[in-house]
Amino acid sequence: MSAAIAAAGETPVVDRPSGVPAAVPGTAAPRTARPGPFGQSVTRLEDLPLVRGQARFAADLSFPHQLHMRIVRSPVAHARLLGVDASEALALRGVVAVWTAQDLVGIPCIPLREGPSAELDPYLQPILARDRVRYVGDPVAAVFATDPFIAEDAAERVSLDLESLPVLTDATAALGEFAPGLPTQPTTIRKGYGDIDAAFARAAFTVELELATGRHSGVPLETRGAIGRYDAARDVLELHGAAKVPHRNRDALARMLGRSPHTIHLFELHVGGGFGVRGEIYPEDVLVLLAAMRLERPVKWIEDRYEALMTTNQSREQVHRVRAAVAADGFVLAMDDEFFHDQGAYVRTHGDRVADMTAGILPGGYVLPAYRVTGHYRLTNKTPAATYRAPGRFESSFVRERLFDAIAQRMGIDPIELRRRNLIRPEQMPFPRGIETIEDNIVFDSGDYPLLLQKTLDALDWPRLQADLQARRAQGEAVGVGLACFVEKSGLGPADGVRITVDFTGAVEVVTGGASVGQGFETVVAQICASTLGVDYRRVRVAHGRTDRIQYGVGAHAGRATVMTGSATHNAALRVRAKALDMAASMLGCAIEGLDIVDGRVIRRGDSGPGLALGDVASALAPTARARGEREPGLTAEGWYETPSMTYPYGVHVAVVRVDRDTGAARVERFFVGYDVGRAVNPMLVEGQIVGGVAQGIGGALLEEFAYDENGEPLAVTLADYLLPTLDDIPPVEVMITEDAPSPLNPLGIKGAGEAGINGVGAAIAAAIDDAIGQPGAVTRLPVTPVRLKALLRQRAG
Amino acid sequence: MKHPITLTINGHRHDVEVEPRRTLADVIREECRLTGTHVGCEHGVCGACTVIVDGDPVRACLVFAVQAEGAQIRTVEGLAQGAQLHPLQQAFIDHHALQCGFCTAGFLMLSTALLERPAPPDDVELQEALSSNLCRCTGYKNILLAVRAASKVMHATSEAA
Amino acid sequence: MRSVAFQYHAPRSLDEALVTLAQVAAEDGRIIAGGQSLVPTMAFRFVRPGHLVDINRVAGLDRLHAEASTVPGRTAASELVIGATVRHAAFHRPVLAGPLGPLLTEVASHIAHYPIRMRGTFCGSLAHADPASEWCLVASTLDARLVLRSVRGERILEADEFFTGVMSTAIEPDELLVEARIPIPNPGVRLGFDEFSRRRGDFALAMALVSLECVDGRVRSPRIGVSGVEDRPRRIAEAEALLDGRIPADDLFRAVARAAAAAVDPLEQPQLPAIYRRELVESSVRRALERAWGPTGHGAR
Repeated sequence: MSAAIAAAGETPVVDRPSGVPAAVPGTAAPRTARPGPFGQSVTRLEDLPLVRGQARFAADLSFPHQLHMRIVRSPVAHARLLGVDASEALALRGVVAVWTAQDLVGIPCIPLREGPSAELDPYLQPILARDRVRYVGDPVAAVFATDPFIAEDAAERVSLDLESLPVLTDATAALGEFAPGLPTQPTTIRKGYGDIDAAFARAAFTVELELATGRHSGVPLETRGAIGRYDAARDVLELHGAAKVPHRNRDALARMLGRSPHTIHLFELHVGGGFGVRGEIYPEDVLVLLAAMRLERPVKWIEDRYEALMTTNQSREQVHRVRAAVAADGFVLAMDDEFFHDQGAYVRTHGDRVADMTAGILPGGYVLPAYRVTGHYRLTNKTPAATYRAPGRFESSFVRERLFDAIAQRMGIDPIELRRRNLIRPEQMPFPRGIETIEDNIVFDSGDYPLLLQKTLDALDWPRLQADLQARRAQGEAVGVGLACFVEKSGLGPADGVRITVDFTGAVEVVTGGASVGQGFETVVAQICASTLGVDYRRVRVAHGRTDRIQYGVGAHAGRATVMTGSATHNAALRVRAKALDMAASMLGCAIEGLDIVDGRVIRRGDSGPGLALGDVASALAPTARARGEREPGLTAEGWYETPSMTYPYGVHVAVVRVDRDTGAARVERFFVGYDVGRAVNPMLVEGQIVGGVAQGIGGALLEEFAYDENGEPLAVTLADYLLPTLDDIPPVEVMITEDAPSPLNPLGIKGAGEAGINGVGAAIAAAIDDAIGQPGAVTRLPVTPVRLKALLRQRAG
Repeated sequence: MKHPITLTINGHRHDVEVEPRRTLADVIREECRLTGTHVGCEHGVCGACTVIVDGDPVRACLVFAVQAEGAQIRTVEGLAQGAQLHPLQQAFIDHHALQCGFCTAGFLMLSTALLERPAPPDDVELQEALSSNLCRCTGYKNILLAVRAASKVMHATSEAA
Repeated sequence: MRSVAFQYHAPRSLDEALVTLAQVAAEDGRIIAGGQSLVPTMAFRFVRPGHLVDINRVAGLDRLHAEASTVPGRTAASELVIGATVRHAAFHRPVLAGPLGPLLTEVASHIAHYPIRMRGTFCGSLAHADPASEWCLVASTLDARLVLRSVRGERILEADEFFTGVMSTAIEPDELLVEARIPIPNPGVRLGFDEFSRRRGDFALAMALVSLECVDGRVRSPRIGVSGVEDRPRRIAEAEALLDGRIPADDLFRAVARAAAAAVDPLEQPQLPAIYRRELVESSVRRALERAWGPTGHGAR
């Protein structure tokens, strides 16, 4: 067994091909004598204020004289809004204003981030409901008061005049009407390649399944929060509590409010988890800004948990009807899928991108010569949906891997053997998938999928694992194993830039438009900067999430941060390094080639002398310094990274699950992740991302579900009903990080890791449950709750 | 009607006047301005607001501040002695037991109370007790490793002393 | 999620508490002890009391000890007295030798989570009367007596009089549940408990508590209590009758468990079909029986 697996208690070790150093590959930067921090599991720069209780999350920030906002929300899933009576609320001492849609005339709906769409725009969410409410929790009025308790007291006293309308809760049911002339299916996604009909015509057999993933979501532990402040003296509008995509949101808010982006600043505070849902523009963000201007006081809004579970983006709910055409040898000739995506009540900022990504990534890492998909993007009367970590991938991996398991079952062959026969081989790389998703033409950039599968089986000692499980089943235990293969995507471009500056103390600042959602972004960027520049990573400060510090930024989503911002950081650090060496060569009177930067000092190679501190080099480059000569002032440089395409990491998940036949409870005993990350900047953080993702995946596979009754009443509005996994629910997750396929698309070879842990969990657990109960193909729907599992067992018994 | 109460938090006395409906979490955060204690659910499920009241770990969102009149309260801000981190804080950093850090104060205070018990918890008790709080980032593995490691440090120190 | 405004009272003596309660009862005055169930329901504004009477500072309500039974004709010679402010955590270690102490320790470990148990109280759980409450099942199955006090005097109710429905009891608005008295089973009695919940510490979807004694190899006076399924905990007479006088055996336990499952009438709840709740009752009763009889049960063999 190799040392590549980080089991409980071990430091993660990266499985690097022999001869590959743990340092910046393929760069112009010479290697230093000491190992650079690139590739090292160093502790995080972020941690100190967080463990000391000194961090500042949105609720922790208060401004003098601030008002508190409370939203009055629809208590029903679908109704005509005939009137709002706020008189009783306004009578309450401490209430400053109550707004309805009538106060927002001229403010547009929250727009799509990627630009207008004639198809989708009519379905966007207004800031406050106008003539209809469309889900339980739909914002109808906003109360502003001097105290949050008073605001909540007042919100209760706002009465709504509502007239019930029919409720739609099933995305596969007959279409309804969103508004006159607007059906509840705004768009249909169609993709494909190859000759589907010919493939099905010559297939030895076909397999057909209906599969469903439940509605669940990120549910960060910190609820959303927004504090608006208007500084009339400078005519600057500030939004505190931004996350994920501050720059993109600044631009959208500027358009909505008719202001120049120079006069709106977004500030990211500490962010208590993002997972895709936090940091989108929601109605409350717009309201606090408008109120700050109109009421001339800072306005604070902190979402409560009840609101979080019924208003923050939900995700995942899809029903797929998929079929495969298979040749006699198990080679899958074609996949044909029709799916229904339950978008909920409105189109939000992402538009149809989750459905689109589902369609784009469904084929996974299999050759599949022909593919066709039709996605019905449907509106219902539920909380609107958007991205949640590995959007479209958790769902599509479940569908694809269930299908492959069913094919193997039909043929009576080992599901692993079936996968081997279908995986794209390394000599086929780069592999054009033949379809586009979210404006990216999918080309798998690098990978050896069969190798990772084999390494995973070796690491688990597969034959022995199978024998152990067989022995336990023979003793009456319901225990089984399941495996899933997947291809991830990361590094959505097209461009990101950073600015790096060294000050006269030698401290380094990286200013980036990237964002931190708690994933270790600062540490990773500091490590890349430090490694390329030649300083201690602890001397690097990373400024992020502030639109007033840098004009552009990609934020933190779609596995972008490490790939895009990391590569830009590397490029900027190379330029700073060159500038420092040039200046130092002049100061020391020697050739640039003879110099190196080690630990923040410019030294002569092979010389043990003290050299020059980088801070002194920075001083020499000050605008006023005579030594600078004709050089551009400042030891500072911008660096950009542009990519034509995304990078595609890949992974294998293996779950061992035990089922209690009496109660229907499924317990994950063991979970293994093999994942090729290209290059790991910080293996400890990669492992942390993966283990955290697995836990969320287990939640989605077994516990978490936003269920609704037939009236559209949400049934999971507390954390006692929406079941997040606890420590007791998570087995010791084993992680094997490999670096067999660095990305050729960026200078560091890196690929994203944020979504590696969650992608295949539903698929692997479903297969393991089938195996445990000896009913192949039994699991067709996630989450596998005890009630559902018990029903499967009953079917068999009955 | 507001009630005058006195809370001693991390050894410092806070004389505040509070409405009975304000929870201990509200008052620690808003009146005493100690915002290291976080509120994640307001209904006693997530454990982010865990503080130590008279030696016991307690969910500060499930106690009204007036009920804590006269109590000795400890919060995350009181763990470190100046620049010297508490062994649990150091272990959380060393083992990468936090990502976004929102749940961290709750886990630290819960763990502190557990490890300060006269009979420190065995591994089964530790896992049971740490299942009290929710973390959405880490998958818990490193939290368990960190608390185990800190337990060793704390008990080695106490045996030496 | 912020409670409505209320007035707060913190009496120091039982008399003061009862007088205060009598004064505020008409304005939805309520007792708060641990508050671990009350405070969240207030945060959601499901409950909107005008007054809270906090009994945590009332002297003498933290009594936890065995004393001779005051009820003539009871089989148990003594009772465990549990005062109104005794916390769940008081049972983390057995409070008595014999079968009852270890059983209460096991049951306590299923109640919510460690920090909740530090503050929540035994009597508070009974007064809250959640059908998924472990202590309510204990009180019901073991025939606890509940002592209610008010300025009008004292009355003592049997468990089956006390629980009247989902979160509803026979406590009058001016009454305080000052203590629960659980008959202490004799040393020959064996006790077994089983609970199923989605996650550790969650509300039970079903649970069962079994008490049995064997005389001459046959079960005598068994008790089988089930909770978390109907609107309140109760003993299942049909299952008890099937067990009484029989020789313990796995087949018998299975039959008894099936009888219990057939006898219950599960609450209508979304996402929890009755057929599934019955299956859980069957599993819980069988496991509780096996535990009571097996090596992990509480009591002498």
